[in-house]
Amino acid sequence: MSADKVSRDNVGAAAQTSAAAAAAPARGPITQAQISAEIASFPAAHAAPAGAAGHPPRDYPPYRSSVLRHPKNPLVVVKDPEAVELTGPVFGAADVAALDADLTRQHPGEPIGERITVTGRVLDRDGRPVRGQLVEIWQANAAGRYVHRREQHPAPLDPNFTGAGRALTDGEGLYRFTTIKPGPYPWGNHLNAWRPAHIHFSLFGTAFTQRLVTQMYFPGDPLFRHDPIFQSVTDPAARERLIAVYDHDLSVFEWSLGYRFDIVLDGPAATWREEGR
Amino acid sequence: MSAEPGGLLDPTPSQTVGPFFGYSMPFPGGGEVAPAGHPATVTVHGYVFDGAGLPIPDALLEFWQAAPDGSRAGAPGSLRTDPSNGRLLGRDGVGFTGFGRVATDGDGHWALRTLPPPPDAPYLSVCVFARGLLHHLYTRAYLAPSPDDPLLASLPPERRATLLATRQDDGAAGTEGTEGLRGGVYRFDVTLQGGAAEETVFLDFR
Repeated sequence: MSADKVSRDNVGAAAQTSAAAAAAPARGPITQAQISAEIASFPAAHAAPAGAAGHPPRDYPPYRSSVLRHPKNPLVVVKDPEAVELTGPVFGAADVAALDADLTRQHPGEPIGERITVTGRVLDRDGRPVRGQLVEIWQANAAGRYVHRREQHPAPLDPNFTGAGRALTDGEGLYRFTTIKPGPYPWGNHLNAWRPAHIHFSLFGTAFTQRLVTQMYFPGDPLFRHDPIFQSVTDPAARERLIAVYDHDLSVFEWSLGYRFDIVLDGPAATWREEGR
Repeated sequence: MSAEPGGLLDPTPSQTVGPFFGYSMPFPGGGEVAPAGHPATVTVHGYVFDGAGLPIPDALLEFWQAAPDGSRAGAPGSLRTDPSNGRLLGRDGVGFTGFGRVATDGDGHWALRTLPPPPDAPYLSVCVFARGLLHHLYTRAYLAPSPDDPLLASLPPERRATLLATRQDDGAAGTEGTEGLRGGVYRFDVTLQGGAAEETVFLDFR
């Protein structure tokens, strides 16, 4: 395996060997057709254990890196009302500066690309806003290149774009970022694998149990059906919840296009317990 | 936004943290949870392993815990941003936020320095993220396990052992004359996949 392949979200040699042996009799490079066939044949019953609420299964062989990185023993259910995890970390004004939410103003010049606004509300499953909490994002630049030394595919870095931002939600649970639309990028899962354009999101709720890291996608991306990470969410309705909505009212003439991405955090919190849930 | 018949909103699905979080998520002093120079500081460290027994060099661990006095309120100020240039500064070394975040090194190793959790919640809650992991995993590192702990008591011995941080020093590093857990170095490995005796117990909160 070339160093270049190792560099791009690729599995180690052991994982690739074991996954290929388990999933396909064919030898040689893993093709898109093979991955697509695995995606199509992934057993639905396996995909949605009770209570999973649309989350991807951790054991999803079309995403080769998952093969050796998921537990085989069942998770142990904790229902302890005294669990520390029913509370969680807090953040404040010292942690986030106002300009941290504008990824286009972190360098002396303007980044190349399509300027966008991404905004939405962070809610718990009861629809209550998650207030004053930390939202972190990171993404590739307009050419599909991350500012990371292990990402070396031949697309240009942008000296005016790093691609990392932070915000605190307001009293309504609302966050708002200004950034540029990221490009799709190649990775090493299989031959000619490309990730659909996405922005990574990291979210905190009022409880550590509500922690979420996810990826926001853009509507109509032709790469959706080819991508094992997006398709790891096997419920089509749940996949839709990963796709931002283009909102023309958020677009600003001669300036930016607007996308709305609302986020609902899973998991119990202390407040639920207090209310007898 | 869609809702189930029961009225609960459908959650946003998880996706992997991927391999390229390194310039965004880690922050300076993310593993230095204890106030600077605090005499009760404990070091907890270990490796993250995959199902082939290989260390994982691109995992991200987060830690949340009760303060030594039992408080679960936490405090802001883990990250701190310099408003003049946007750089992450990390903690000011005075307060205790209860929150830590550490990426594994190139050899899969991580280390955290924190204050010991209280006797009624004697564990660090650990949230594991990694490329290849489509949905994060929770576990706990128990520093001073009680036989009455409901989670530990529910587990067979070989599974229970995966949640116990192992004290590595002989106690000499601790502060003398204090009750319970003070000072020390603890080892806690996380194994994402393996047999019952190797794979870490991971938790599901309902």
